[in-house]
Amino acid sequence: MTVQEIADAIVAKFGEDAIVEKKLDILQPALYLNPAKLVDICFFLRDTEPYYFDYLSCISGVDYGVKENMLGVVYHIASLPNDGFLLTLHVKIPRTTENGDLPSVPSVVSVWRAADWLERETYDLVGIKFENHPDLRRILCPDDWEGHPLRKDYEVQEYYHGIKVKY
Amino acid sequence: MGLFDKQFESGGFIITKVDDVLNWARLSSLWPIGFGLACCAIEMMATMASNYDLDRFGVFPRPSPRQSDIMLVAGTVTFKMADRVRRLYEQMPEPRYVISMGSCANCGGPYWEHGYHVVKGVDRVVPVDVYVPGCPPRPEALIGGILKLQDKIRNESLMVPKALAD
Repeated sequence: MTVQEIADAIVAKFGEDAIVEKKLDILQPALYLNPAKLVDICFFLRDTEPYYFDYLSCISGVDYGVKENMLGVVYHIASLPNDGFLLTLHVKIPRTTENGDLPSVPSVVSVWRAADWLERETYDLVGIKFENHPDLRRILCPDDWEGHPLRKDYEVQEYYHGIKVKY
Repeated sequence: MGLFDKQFESGGFIITKVDDVLNWARLSSLWPIGFGLACCAIEMMATMASNYDLDRFGVFPRPSPRQSDIMLVAGTVTFKMADRVRRLYEQMPEPRYVISMGSCANCGGPYWEHGYHVVKGVDRVVPVDVYVPGCPPRPEALIGGILKLQDKIRNESLMVPKALAD
């Protein structure tokens, strides 16, 4: 089983536009997916023999900066029946939306339950909304915190509940 | 019976000031509310355990603010925790004292510049009596801080409110 085979299987089932970009000659081979088909592809990777990516290791949020104006979500998934074979999935979305809402990516909680808190953390710190997440609240910062601290252009608020924030 | 008892067995007496007796009683049983927030809590627990044995100073941790005399803030105070710190402090009966243990509680510690989530010193939330420096402070340093607080209490006068004494 190679990442190239997995990519071919995804393209065969979901079409050419399912995979935006492939990075295969790096230490952790990565597939850049089309956000619209993310959930279906994840179900496919989880349930299809012989891939069985049944374990979600981590979800990370990436801010590519104001200049590039992109945000990313990175999924590290593993296949326990294949000795923990690792695959990295990327999704890239524009940093800003037309109506000023947070940019959004479909939630994969329905595929892996472990995504629940990981997506909440990504939402809290990077400010990415996950559509159809069952309980999208902040998980680390207080509920009434302003902004998303790991954005590149984040400015910390002046006061929180009457306490000066800056040193 | 010890020697001390022998000296008073035939009806001896001591003359002292009420302030001194009260202060001696208070400073000899400082019960802290255990406020272990980070790695400093490990040193605090070590100080309370058998090797350093804080109990010999009458310091015995309480699980409730209602029974506590001092609040021992050991560790990083985040903004999420700050509300709880303030509320628990308000629930403590007076007279109450606060010991700030470690760099994080003193001034934000390593999070002072980029730590958006850390309160830059617990003295922005509650009034602090004694600051114990260190990252984390050794048990000796914490004991030193408690002795400093005892010195402070020893010189207090609770009998006359300050406003009336002037």
